[in-house]
Amino acid sequence: MEILSLLGQGFVVAATPLNIGLLLMGCFIGTLLGALPGLGPVNGVAVLIPLTFAFGFDPTSSMILLCAVYFGCMYGGRISSILLNIPGDEPAIMTTLDGYPMAVQGQAANALAISGVASFVGATIAVLGLSLFAPVLARAAIHFGPADYFALYILAFATIGGIAGVDPRKTLLSALIGLLLATVGLDPISGVPRYTFDSFHLYDGIEPIVALVGLFAISEILMLLEMHLKDRPKAIPVGSWLPQWGAIWKTRAAMLRGSGVGFVAGVLPGAGASLGSFMAYVAEKQWSNKKGTFGKGDPRGVAAPEAGNNAASGGALIPMLSLGVPGSGTTAVLLAMLISLNVQPGPLLFERQPDLVWGLVASLYMANIALLILNLPMIGIFTRLMMTPTWALMPVVAAVTFVGVYGISNSVFDLEMMVAFGVIGYVLRKMDVSLVPLVLGLLLGGDMERNLRRAMSISDGDWSILIASPISIGLYILTAGFLVLSVWLAVRDHRQTQAERLTEG
Amino acid sequence: MIFRSLTSVKLGAALAATMTLTALPASATECIAPSNPGGGWDFTCRTIGRILSELELVDGNVQVTNMPGGVGAVTFAMVAAERADDADLIVATSTVGITQIAQGRYPAPLETMRYLAMLGADVGVIAVDNDSPIQTLAQLNEAMAADPTSLVTAGSSGAGGWDHIRLLMVAQEAGVEDLGAIRWVQFDGGTDAVTQMMGGQIDVVSTDLGEIAGFVESGDIRILAALSDEPIPAFPDVPTAVSQGVDVIGYNWRGLYTGGQVTDEQYAEWVSKLETLYNSPEWQEAATASGLVPIWRGGDTFEAFVREQAQVMEQISRDIGVIE
Repeated sequence: MEILSLLGQGFVVAATPLNIGLLLMGCFIGTLLGALPGLGPVNGVAVLIPLTFAFGFDPTSSMILLCAVYFGCMYGGRISSILLNIPGDEPAIMTTLDGYPMAVQGQAANALAISGVASFVGATIAVLGLSLFAPVLARAAIHFGPADYFALYILAFATIGGIAGVDPRKTLLSALIGLLLATVGLDPISGVPRYTFDSFHLYDGIEPIVALVGLFAISEILMLLEMHLKDRPKAIPVGSWLPQWGAIWKTRAAMLRGSGVGFVAGVLPGAGASLGSFMAYVAEKQWSNKKGTFGKGDPRGVAAPEAGNNAASGGALIPMLSLGVPGSGTTAVLLAMLISLNVQPGPLLFERQPDLVWGLVASLYMANIALLILNLPMIGIFTRLMMTPTWALMPVVAAVTFVGVYGISNSVFDLEMMVAFGVIGYVLRKMDVSLVPLVLGLLLGGDMERNLRRAMSISDGDWSILIASPISIGLYILTAGFLVLSVWLAVRDHRQTQAERLTEG
Repeated sequence: MIFRSLTSVKLGAALAATMTLTALPASATECIAPSNPGGGWDFTCRTIGRILSELELVDGNVQVTNMPGGVGAVTFAMVAAERADDADLIVATSTVGITQIAQGRYPAPLETMRYLAMLGADVGVIAVDNDSPIQTLAQLNEAMAADPTSLVTAGSSGAGGWDHIRLLMVAQEAGVEDLGAIRWVQFDGGTDAVTQMMGGQIDVVSTDLGEIAGFVESGDIRILAALSDEPIPAFPDVPTAVSQGVDVIGYNWRGLYTGGQVTDEQYAEWVSKLETLYNSPEWQEAATASGLVPIWRGGDTFEAFVREQAQVMEQISRDIGVIE
């Protein structure tokens, strides 16, 4: 009951006209930035930080605005994943796997509606978790040590073969290229430059968003150019502009499962939204891919990762607020913002500044509802985008990606790198190599390595530390179970098809 | 960068309305933060830029540009090559940048630039978990001297970074000979290290106080020593290392440099402007609010301070084998 009264207090703080105005503006800007490939939460926050200082908003209003942008981006990222096969931001890569096939089959409206509702469900569950259990969860998360994080990443990489497996060897190759690229830059442990070829631009490693935009957006443009030279692309049939509610209802279980998985990943400060959406997709595929429809436009393959990514983003606010540990790049910026507003995140924040914390939580509930209302009517507009001829659409996509990537760091080098990744992406796609594992390798590889190295530093090189805690042992058992199950299922399917062939023959 | 990227993000038409409000008139003075928005260097440029124009020490506004890359190396190289004599340019730096230079990770040596002043500092602290058997700095030093491998230490920098070096400076004073034997774990920030210490993964944390102050107030961790000249205003009961007979000062200072070919008069003018800024109530308030202790070292004194600090860092980095 105490929480309810605190939350009520929060709604009183959040529901001022100024805060509601900022909330709506933040949601709108966030959705837009999320939807445009290359532009994302980093750009949004970069644009808005000077604005909040210029207007001298109090910490609560500033945080409401920035969190609305952050949540808005998570909603928006899915739009270009579904319509263009180009993820709007990092956590939206999993949505391309089933979202784009759905759009190609004329199901764009359904895919957008399912992902919108899934985003709402995921984010709402995360905010509920935040308001009910934040301090408890934060205290539990500190028991996750470097060896346990490493075990978690092992689980993630063991399941990577299951995401886009036409040919598991190609998936593995793609993931390994990603891992390789993740080692570029200053070694975080010893500070030694690796694979930088004496270029200072490579000291900070490869910025995942630059690689992502290059691999997906630039290569998509190259593919289209080639298709136009050969033959005109088939027009995508635009089905209904209105989503079917029954289709959304059918994915409810997938949404809930995805939210659960994503939320856990979000609460762990070493994991984050990308891992959340990835694990949610893999878990869902393992759970319900009985007919082999995943990867070919299964609505559950859209619902699970979207719920997972939004639940993880909300969950990441828990370690940020109650421990002061950012779980992602954007929460790191939010944290810096809090500190410069003279708010000290950490164990005492909930006691000392209940107005700020509960005002923020209340505004997140409001932002979720605002985003759902904002997003559903826009489905009609977005689906019409599918009818835009590619000769008109792609130049805009190209312009936006160049502007977005340049806007992050003011660096021409990043643009060159983006184009290089575009060419790599094009070549890999011609060889039927899925790009998703590559990006996952790049995104997760660095953290996986750092945690392994930290564990090794703690134990002074003794490998037994990796299996010294019950958490890591549990995760390894889960990994082994997953692998055994995958192999068993593959063998069973193989026998079935063989048996069918025999009976047919 | 913010303002420049603002104009470039113009495509997002909805932003246009908010942008015009922040598109300030161009001005001559520019402060480069060699990092992304939100970090310490960004804070230095934004706060100092704002107060410089509020006090009318410069004409108009100070434009803040973010130029991340190579922990400041990209900016350093650009200034050396293109704007060495540009007296309207100031660049944010800190102990982190000097560590990189001392370890030869910038394209040119320290003397390439002229160091103007430091205006404030985050104070380094040595902390243990509240349940730790170690109660004082003397006990920690005893334990490290008896067996350097007995404790796992951690902080927000990699091996050879400033958090690590400050701890080794303490250990060296305590008579530990084999500095390389002390186990060091890198985390992405001071709070990450502290929460891992609360989770029982590590024993000792060496990092800046600002970020982890909340855990001291909540009683989750205990500070053994503050590496400052004077006790920290926010925690007057915490003893300094110096008061415990360990002569180590470990500030993570925030300051500015300018190009190496700026004339002596222009250099002196900047130093005097910054001193005025330092003495203003605006700066004292802004610095304290963000967890910094206002400390002034300017002009030649600061140049000498920076060089000495770089030498100490280089020596310790050599001793522990981070550089050859």
